[in-house]
Order: sequence, then structure tokens, then C-alpha cells
Amino acid sequence: MNGSEMISNDVMGIDLWLWAETLFWIVLKIVAILLPVILAVAYTTYAERKFIGYMQLRLGPNRVGPKGWLQPIADTVKLIMKEIIVPRGANKTLFVIAPVLFIGPAFAAWAVVPFDAGMVLADVNAGLLYILAMTSIAVYGVIIAGWASNSKYAFLGAMRSAAQIVSYELAMGFALVGVLMCAQSMNLGEIVMAQAGGISNWFWIPLFPLLVVYWISGVAETNRAPFDMAEGESEIVAGFHVEYGGMAFSLFFLAEYANMILISFLTAIMFFGGWLSPFEGIEWLDNLTAWVPGTIWLLMKAFVFLFGLLWIRATFPRFRYDQVMRLGWKIFIPVTLVWLPVVAIWIKAGVWPFN
Amino acid sequence: MSFQVIVFYSFAAWLIFAALMVISSKNSVKAALFLVLTFASASAIWLLLEAEFLAISLIVVYVGAVMVLLLFVVMMLDVDYAALRQGFVKKLPIAIVIAAAFFAVLYSFITSGEFSAENYAAPAAKAADYSNIKALGRVLYTEYFIAFEIAAVILLVAIVAAISLSFRGRRNRKAQVVSKQLEANKRNRLKILKVDPVESAQPEVAEQEEAKS
Repeated sequence: MNGSEMISNDVMGIDLWLWAETLFWIVLKIVAILLPVILAVAYTTYAERKFIGYMQLRLGPNRVGPKGWLQPIADTVKLIMKEIIVPRGANKTLFVIAPVLFIGPAFAAWAVVPFDAGMVLADVNAGLLYILAMTSIAVYGVIIAGWASNSKYAFLGAMRSAAQIVSYELAMGFALVGVLMCAQSMNLGEIVMAQAGGISNWFWIPLFPLLVVYWISGVAETNRAPFDMAEGESEIVAGFHVEYGGMAFSLFFLAEYANMILISFLTAIMFFGGWLSPFEGIEWLDNLTAWVPGTIWLLMKAFVFLFGLLWIRATFPRFRYDQVMRLGWKIFIPVTLVWLPVVAIWIKAGVWPFN
Repeated sequence: MSFQVIVFYSFAAWLIFAALMVISSKNSVKAALFLVLTFASASAIWLLLEAEFLAISLIVVYVGAVMVLLLFVVMMLDVDYAALRQGFVKKLPIAIVIAAAFFAVLYSFITSGEFSAENYAAPAAKAADYSNIKALGRVLYTEYFIAFEIAAVILLVAIVAAISLSFRGRRNRKAQVVSKQLEANKRNRLKILKVDPVESAQPEVAEQEEAKS
């Protein structure tokens, strides 16, 4: 008698309602993370133009909306309206897939980023490895874009960028090993909790060389100036995305800025205590700022690093390609290889701050 | 049929499809990309086995590094695909026989004998806080320490061998010395002279003064 009801709700032993509910909440969480990220990307482009403008004694965008506030929206509308042209001789499937392959990992990496205690989409044990995997998958978007465009410049740009990302990933991975050793966990939330107890307990002190390596490798991984060899306007026009226009181009653009914001968040989480207040341990300041939610601290820290990325772009000229490779292989990897044993001895010796 | 079973079969189907495409696709770049898809689906199946460390390192190492370098090579090559695929139909029966033999051996291997499913029961699901990375690390650095170190040394030997094979002796041609380039700065490149604007504007006066002294 209950048989028909059982079947309607329980197809092949699966509770459809439970599935639908779980799916709904996961999708809602994804939207809650991605919408702010996309908005942040839009306004990072605005902030970049404005900051660099002021640094170069210009005004930056100031025509659309009050003080140019609506400029990113105007840009988006323009990009959406543009036609996507597939060049002759291009491999059409791969040409279309490439931007998707580039932006997918850039967004997927946000799944393990904790915004506050317990505020994370996927609380996985191997969070650090997951981030490394996502950044390494992103290379495919670049390579495929360069190859499928059937253009010399795009191909050269893709080659440069792929070599650069693979080299800097090594240094980045070694820097993350240091974090892993200090936190004794790969879970990003646990890494933050291991840094509890004020500024002096954050990992930036014992891991300072690794912080520098990670931060610069992050700039190189995101293909930002001064490491934007993949674009190199003066040499190879615009690198791997030279044949892309309209929304296809803007996906590359979006992913680059999403990666920049991600690197800033990760630096804050792994070396600067994530969502923890910097006033922990100083009682009167801690009480005074107890109302500030952890997410705000994290955003403030991430903003500092994001500003650093923009500042670097405004300040430094582009590296020469052999110098980029030299920095990655001959300086960063030895630095990390020396510092890891030092940290290991430091931790085993149990002196400050590991006691 | 539980959720895991559906996920397993869909990824397994993807894996077989991608593996077939690796050998049957006409374009070698596409074949390499299908190999990437094969690795990705294999990694998803490992995730189902709760082997998250292995799954993600498969992505990091094979997808993120090895396949990128392979793609590099494949993209640079200019292969004549028509010549490569000649005799495909003629050799197909032999290939099928060999593949079937392999399949039979593998099938008998996992259904009977020492590695059969009866001897290896499905492992119980681990607790939520179980860390696969810690367990692996503990085993690698204690029980299998010597095997691990030997593997590392073999890899090191391979690196040294590769470098010595591609090293073509000392360079005699002019090359940039990067450390010298980086040392260049304002102090050793630029000399700031103080020139009196009034005197340099009257060259004859300066010459006369020089002649006097």
C-alpha cells in the first residue's frame, strides 16, 4: 500500500528530496561566494585604473557615473555587446573551451577559502593541495587558448606563460610546505586557527622568506606585471588572448582578477592569521574591537595585498624573460630549500614561537 | 543504487570514453587533452575511495606538470597524421587480440587469486576527521623509509643524467653575466658633473683661464 509512495519519493533507493535540498544549499552557498567575487573583480579593475592613475598623476576613469563609479558596469555592457570572432584556421571547439577552462579553476579554488570560523563551502582536509591543484589546472586555459587561436603571437604567449606558471608553481609549492609544517594541517581553517594569539603568532615571522617567495610567485602565477611575459604588449601584442574579443576576452580578464584576489586572500590566510583579529592578546584593544566580525579583518588584510599587487604594477618595469626564469629557478627554489630545514629544526627545538 | 555508485559509474564511463578518444582522435593535441581528462576522471574515482591526497597529487603532478610539458612537445611537432594512421585497419585485428588478452589477464587477476575482491574487502568508511595525508606520511617515513629514499635517489640520478646529457661543455661565446647586470646601478654607471653654466656659456674665457694656469 505504501509501495507506490515509496517509489515516487525513493527512485532506486535515493531520497530525491534530500538530494534536492542539499543541492539547493550548495548552489546557494556557491552563489553567495561567487557574486561578491565577481563584483569585487569588477571593482578591482576600477580600483586598479584609479590607483595607477593617481600614482601617475592622472585622474583615472571619471566620466561614467559619479567619480567614474559606474565605469566597470559600462565596460561589462560594452564587452557583452561585442561580437566574438573565431579566427580562420582556429580550432573552434578548443577556442571556445579555453576561456572556460581558465575561469573554472579560478572560481573553483574559492571553495576551500574560509571567510570566518566555519564559514567555508568545502571544509576539506587537503585544502592547501586543492588550491595548488586548481592553480595548476589553470595553465590549460592559457595553453589551449594560445594553440587554438592559430596565431604566432598567441602561441608564443601561451608557451611563455605555461613555462612561467610551471616554474613558479614549484617555488609556491615549497613555500606552502613551510606553512603546512608550522600548522601541521592542510586544512585552511586549521591553518588560521594555528596562528591564534596575536600578530607575533602569525606565520609571517618564522616563514618570512617563504612569505616573500609565495607573494612574488603569486604575482608571477597570475601573470601580472612585472611578470606579464605572457602579454608583453611590446613584443607579442597581447599574448595568448590576442585573438579573443568580447565576452571570451573578458572571461580571461575576469579570471586574472579573480586569481589576484584569491592570492591576496591566501596570503592573508596562510601568513597573516586569516580572519583573526590583529589585537588578540592586547586586552583593551581586543575588547574595543570585539564587535568587528572576522570576515572584515580578513577583507582588510586581503585588501592590503591586493593594493600591493596594483602598486607593483604601477612601479616596476617588465622583467626580461631569462631573468624571470632565473629568479624562479635559481633564487626562489634554493631559498625555500634552505628555509624548510631551518623551520624544521626551529619547530623541533621548540623555541619561540613554536613552544 | 547509492549516490556513490552513480558517481562512480559516471566517472568510470568518462574515463573509458576519454581513454578511447586518446587513441582514436585524429589530432594529437586533442589526444593529449583527452589524456588530461582521463587523469581527471581517475582522480575523481580515487576521491570516492577517500584517497584525497593521491587524487589531488595526481592532478598536481600529472595534470599540472607532466601533461603541460607533454602538450608543449606535441604542439611543437608537425606530425603527418595521414602517414601515422596508415595500416590502422590492417593491424586492428592483432591489436584487438592483444587488448583482449590483456583484459583477460587483468580480469582474472582481480577476480581470483591473491588480489581478488574476496581477499581485499571494501575498507570501512573513515571518520570525518581522518587525515589521509598524515597516515601516508607516517607510513612513508617509517615503514617504507628505505624504499622512499631509494626512489628519491633514483629520481635525483635521472635529473643529473638529463642535465649531463644536455650539457654541451663550457661556453666560449659571449654571454650575459646576470650578476654583473644586476649590480649595475646609478653609482657605477652615472657620473654627475657640476658644470658652471656661466663659464661653459663662454668657451673662450674658459680656454684663456686654462692657458693661464
